[in-house]
Amino acid sequence: MTGTVAVEAARGGSVRRGGGHAWVWAAAAALPVVFLAVFFAWPVAALVARGFVIDGAFTLAGVQEVLSSARTWRIVGQTLAQAVVGTAVSVLLGVPGAYVLYRCRFPGRRVLRAVVSVPFVLPTVVVGVAFQSLLTPNEPLGFLGLEESFPAIVAALVFFNYSVVVRTVGALWSRLDPRAEDAARTLGAGRIRVLGTVTLPALAPAIASAAALVFLFCASAFGVVLVLGGASYGTIETEIWYQTTQLLDLPAAAALSILQLVVVTASLLVAGATRARQERALRLSGNPVDAPLRVGDLPAVAVTAVVVGGLLLFPMLSLAWRSLVTADGLGLANYAALSGTTGQSTVSVWQALANSLATALAATLISVGLGLLVSYVLSRRPASASGRRWLRTLDAVFMLPLGVSAVTVGFGFLITLNRPPLDLRSSWLLIPIAQAMVALPLVVRTLLPTLRAIDPRLHEAAATLGAGPGRVVATIDLPFALRGLGLAVGFAFATSLGEFGATSFLARPDRPTLPVVIFQLIGRPGAENFGMALAASVVLAALTAVAMGLAEWIGPKEVNPW
Amino acid sequence: MVTDTDTDARPAGLQVRDAVVRYGPVTAVDGVSLDVGPGEVVAVLGASGSGKSSLLRAVAGLEPLAGGSVWWDGADVTGVPVHRRRFAVMFQDGQLFPHLSVAGNVGYALAGRPRAERDRRAAELLDLVGLAGYGPRPVTALSGGQAQRVALARSLAADPRLLLLDEPLSALDRGLREHLVGVLDDTLRATGIPTLYVTHDQDEAFAIADRVAVLAEGRLLQVDEPARLWAHPAGREVAAFLGYGPFLPPADAVALGWDGPPGLVAVGPTGLVPDPDGREVVVQEVRSRRGGAEVTVTLPGGEPARVRTPVIPPHGATPATLTVRLDPAGCALLP
Repeated sequence: MTGTVAVEAARGGSVRRGGGHAWVWAAAAALPVVFLAVFFAWPVAALVARGFVIDGAFTLAGVQEVLSSARTWRIVGQTLAQAVVGTAVSVLLGVPGAYVLYRCRFPGRRVLRAVVSVPFVLPTVVVGVAFQSLLTPNEPLGFLGLEESFPAIVAALVFFNYSVVVRTVGALWSRLDPRAEDAARTLGAGRIRVLGTVTLPALAPAIASAAALVFLFCASAFGVVLVLGGASYGTIETEIWYQTTQLLDLPAAAALSILQLVVVTASLLVAGATRARQERALRLSGNPVDAPLRVGDLPAVAVTAVVVGGLLLFPMLSLAWRSLVTADGLGLANYAALSGTTGQSTVSVWQALANSLATALAATLISVGLGLLVSYVLSRRPASASGRRWLRTLDAVFMLPLGVSAVTVGFGFLITLNRPPLDLRSSWLLIPIAQAMVALPLVVRTLLPTLRAIDPRLHEAAATLGAGPGRVVATIDLPFALRGLGLAVGFAFATSLGEFGATSFLARPDRPTLPVVIFQLIGRPGAENFGMALAASVVLAALTAVAMGLAEWIGPKEVNPW
Repeated sequence: MVTDTDTDARPAGLQVRDAVVRYGPVTAVDGVSLDVGPGEVVAVLGASGSGKSSLLRAVAGLEPLAGGSVWWDGADVTGVPVHRRRFAVMFQDGQLFPHLSVAGNVGYALAGRPRAERDRRAAELLDLVGLAGYGPRPVTALSGGQAQRVALARSLAADPRLLLLDEPLSALDRGLREHLVGVLDDTLRATGIPTLYVTHDQDEAFAIADRVAVLAEGRLLQVDEPARLWAHPAGREVAAFLGYGPFLPPADAVALGWDGPPGLVAVGPTGLVPDPDGREVVVQEVRSRRGGAEVTVTLPGGEPARVRTPVIPPHGATPATLTVRLDPAGCALLP
């Protein structure tokens, strides 16, 4: 029992311990990584590669042609313009909304928060139809002449992303220690000065993070632009769709995909940097703080009321109202028509709905299962610097599907998963897998904060009480993860239900999903078809809202600070 | 450097040998050897940053050792994972599981036992820490003191071979702390579980420990029974940390009436007393205390020192001088 032996034993012990842990993390990370590689990286890479290969030889000609065309740069300009303006307006309107909904106390606040979060999960096609139904000539806002216009697209983008800003900024705002503001007031600062010098700087990370995310969503918007923009407005995303499906020009589409990747990677980097800062800031804060409404809150309340009433509720209610309007006055004729087959298609809307539900259920299982694994690995705090670098990389990698064109993913699936070793062309699983890829980043973003909030010493306490690694996961991590699970399931289900970009490529004519059918309906002439599109949109929207509401009701109301 | 080793007896309980803990380039624990015998309570006393918590975490297995080893009853447990050591840690802020009730927390280590037995044992332990009937409550509704008592009961439920207490009372206010030191002391004596108790609070360490180990900058300075540690601090650093000061060279000590053996004299909080026959010293200031006053004086050698008097002087009536002498009972002779 000499000192040397003891030291050797100590080293052996610590190496075994560290080695065992690293092995477990690697195993937990392996499945999602393989999944991401096969069902995301490979299809996207294969599609991009097509841009460089013409007649079996490597060439830059296709890419050069795209990059030198005026049309490309007009599209890029429009994409950036709508993303920048959409983001700016969302932030300008969202910050007062975050204040009113998260920092003020008033009756009906919970209902209002729920109303605000509905648009984000609404299927893009539905929103397109809702805005379209307002703006076409002879409709309520037809006199504005905004059909197929830039303002219409921006309004729809803000409609979607308002809640992203409200939720992200509100979550931080509700935890801001009010004593910093109190201190500034006692030092003689007026309310405006406090806002500018204390509150907004403290919120800056949340605002920046929300803005980066909204920019990403706006820049890659597809369904809503396709429906509202018509022939005159397009984004990189719709252009990829146009080039692949209408012109069959793969090199052009590939070049555009690369352009899109550049834009997305840049905004992901910004989002990642600001998010890291925000999660640090959130840990510093205490319990939610709110106060009854005061006279000084009037401007914020007025802005929020106009946004919620005019921008969010009006299009939704108008859609519901218009779906009841028929040639013979108000009635349910549009809904009755849903059970018949539509045009040249052989399936009824109800059958498409059943397809959508089955697909979304499978996609939810896949994305939540993978999401749990990914967030569990990402929530670790490795001691070594290289371990932390690996985790940061992994984090960024699993955010990628958020911004990479869903259209690219869908088309990539078609050209890679159609032959051995993986021939999924005829498998109905193809669509759920694509939808799961699109939903995965949202699932991870929802689960991760709750898992990261677990004090590592809780794990230590459990271990010193005799709990092995497996029991620590089951008794400590899992109960915490369940708090976020309801919301994650809701996001996954709603996203899959409304997914249009990838699905529009993959859905077989005899098994379309509801968003695909709605898009087909509005492309056909005739009031009946448009009426059916409206009714189907209402059904899809209601289903999404119910699923989301259920998920939030089953899960925690807000993630509690303990 | 002091090593606390007992090579003659057959090893029983905890033995830490030459433990080294490093965080990158920083060495937090630097070759510490320490024993905790059966039924013994050993306090590790040190200022913040002395490495005492790192030492405790290394013993628990929560921190890998960069050198040295940890033994239990003569068996090397250095490579044994945390959950197989049966060394229960009670953390400074409890670290109760927020999603479990009080009974759920206490019963955590009793998983696998029949439900009835688990409930009975949890109730028993809650009774032991003075929280009978608290089982169904959510832990989020507990006060700080109650939470720490639940944490103690939870640690005891694991039937640990060794208890590791990491500043268990530091987050509490003073009155509660004094009360809970009593609860802890009673509980530890009642269960007889050997305990390593890490604290920065001298009173806590002296109140609870059979032996106190003083740690500074990752090294053990002295390990002794409380009375011996107080009477014979191993050096100026230990003495200063225990509350001794100033330190008088032999000549200055003799001038203040020291008649013991010559050496560096450490003056304790009660080492300087007012005495009409003593040496006259200059008064700097007088502060009222409960039941008396604390007078700051300048000793002949120029050192500032404090004298306690039972008299509370009227406000503003500060005497210019005071006559004092050293009380050997309140002083320690440093080697």
